[in-house]
Amino acid sequence: MKGKVIKYDQNNINTDLIIPARYLVNSEPKFLAEHCMEDLDPEFNQKIREMHLSIMVGGSNFGSGSSREQAPLAIKTAGIKCVLAPSFARIFFRNAINIGLPILEFADLKEVNTGDELEINFEEGKILNLTLNKEFIIKQMPAFLHKIISSEGLIKYARKQVLNN
Amino acid sequence: MNLTLAEKILLNHSRIDDICPGEFIECEIDLIMVHEQLGGRIHVEFEKLGLTKVWDPEKIFFILDHWIPAPTISAAQMHQDARNFARKYQFIHNYSDQLNQGICHQVLPELGFARPGMLIVGSDSHTTTYGAFNCLSTGIGATDVSVVFATGKLWFKVPESYKIALNGEFKKGVMAKDFILQYIGDISTKGAIYKSLEFHAAESLSMDSRMTISNMAVETGAKFGIFLPDARLEKWLKFHTKESYNAMKPDENALYEKTYNYDLSEITPIVAKPSSPGNIEKIENVEGLEIDQAFLGSCTNGRMEDLRIAAKIIKGKSVNRNTRLIITPASKRIYQQAIEEGLIEIFINAGAVVTHSTCGACIGGHLGVLASDEICISSTNRNFKGRMGAPSSQVYLASPATVVASALKGKIADPREVL
Repeated sequence: MKGKVIKYDQNNINTDLIIPARYLVNSEPKFLAEHCMEDLDPEFNQKIREMHLSIMVGGSNFGSGSSREQAPLAIKTAGIKCVLAPSFARIFFRNAINIGLPILEFADLKEVNTGDELEINFEEGKILNLTLNKEFIIKQMPAFLHKIISSEGLIKYARKQVLNN
Repeated sequence: MNLTLAEKILLNHSRIDDICPGEFIECEIDLIMVHEQLGGRIHVEFEKLGLTKVWDPEKIFFILDHWIPAPTISAAQMHQDARNFARKYQFIHNYSDQLNQGICHQVLPELGFARPGMLIVGSDSHTTTYGAFNCLSTGIGATDVSVVFATGKLWFKVPESYKIALNGEFKKGVMAKDFILQYIGDISTKGAIYKSLEFHAAESLSMDSRMTISNMAVETGAKFGIFLPDARLEKWLKFHTKESYNAMKPDENALYEKTYNYDLSEITPIVAKPSSPGNIEKIENVEGLEIDQAFLGSCTNGRMEDLRIAAKIIKGKSVNRNTRLIITPASKRIYQQAIEEGLIEIFINAGAVVTHSTCGACIGGHLGVLASDEICISSTNRNFKGRMGAPSSQVYLASPATVVASALKGKIADPREVL
């Protein structure tokens, strides 16, 4: 996949920053997306729309805090197609995979900036920064998780298995 | 064998013969806890599977706690969706009525559902709390919950373990909250991502204290925060369950990625400043900061041990006129015991507001939401930006003793000076 970057150069971007608890009483994905990242960057939605940004880059321990699946769902519904960070909180990691939002561990934060165009090859574990013309090798996603992502999430994956049994 | 507690319990719940950190395995779940999220995303995702029943209605524990009783129409709607789902799929352990009101992580163990050796998951990140009872327990999201509802199974990545040895006893005015804040500060909020924390504690550490520690294990990024079983746990279980259980200990030669030793008598009162539980400071360095609100409650610290020390500090005195003190017992059972012991009267006479049991103020939900720029000292577990109200409000995390001592002075205060 190809896309342009929106970068937040800070660690511990937690689930309250991604989608505050005050909005959780409404589970409509579009509603959640409208309030995504609101307390950290009120212009998040405007930026990704106007600048056509679709790859989110953040600092380590991305998604820490609550078990709310609304966090990756809000990011995905807002139009983000992949999240890159040096490390992810474990529940966020599971939730993102489960709803079919690809996330990859990527440590070279200095090598990408907002607006850069990236090409990501999931199978080969490679990220190419087309703007800076630099290539990075990343840890490949375990095959088991890749199967879930490529089924567009755990529900579709589980449905196939339930039907097969 | 040289297995840690996490490895042993995961192995017991899988169909494999050997286990190794880093592996992906499938495990059978003993119990799944769900709360409001059932009426949020879980019911929507589960219905997509097209099933007519859940795998085992005996193994689901359902309670409403975050926004209870409903403060808004949308919360009421969420409760209605959750209750309808529980009825439709004939949940047996349905505690969404008001007889067993309280916070999930308090009520579930009180009713004897957390027993040694179990593998428990829940739709809440603080599901790690049941580690105090020698359970391997952790939080999961809505899609994972739906798949457990359908199959009774879940995939896990086998974690590496950290051993944390806790020796000695707390000095006067110091509590388990001070220790866990110190530990989070020491290893950082990403210090144990994906890891299992294994606590080897002295028998003198109370069950309430163990629950506080297991509860906040997740703030280090950990997946589990489990205690070894001992005589104190046995005694607790005698009062709370008649069911059998299989208490688990790690092998003597278990392999730990890291080992930590703490002498609890050396721990002093700690405060976590905004906006991270890892942003810790000794109380001496934040003392005197004026506060608008003090909150005592939550799944972290709303138990008898917490209410008793609060009452001891505040008895016969008054909350500072420029400060509000809100006290939320963690469950109805605790509320009733506090009434019997005369604690609630002490709180009300001192000028505190005592609310019914709910997550309430901790998540900025209701019963104590903060306005712009307000400062709150709180016995809860997270002080992220906007956690308890307006994005510009600020939360300082501390022990129940520190929270109540601060309410008396209207500014952050050292509880050792008022005990």
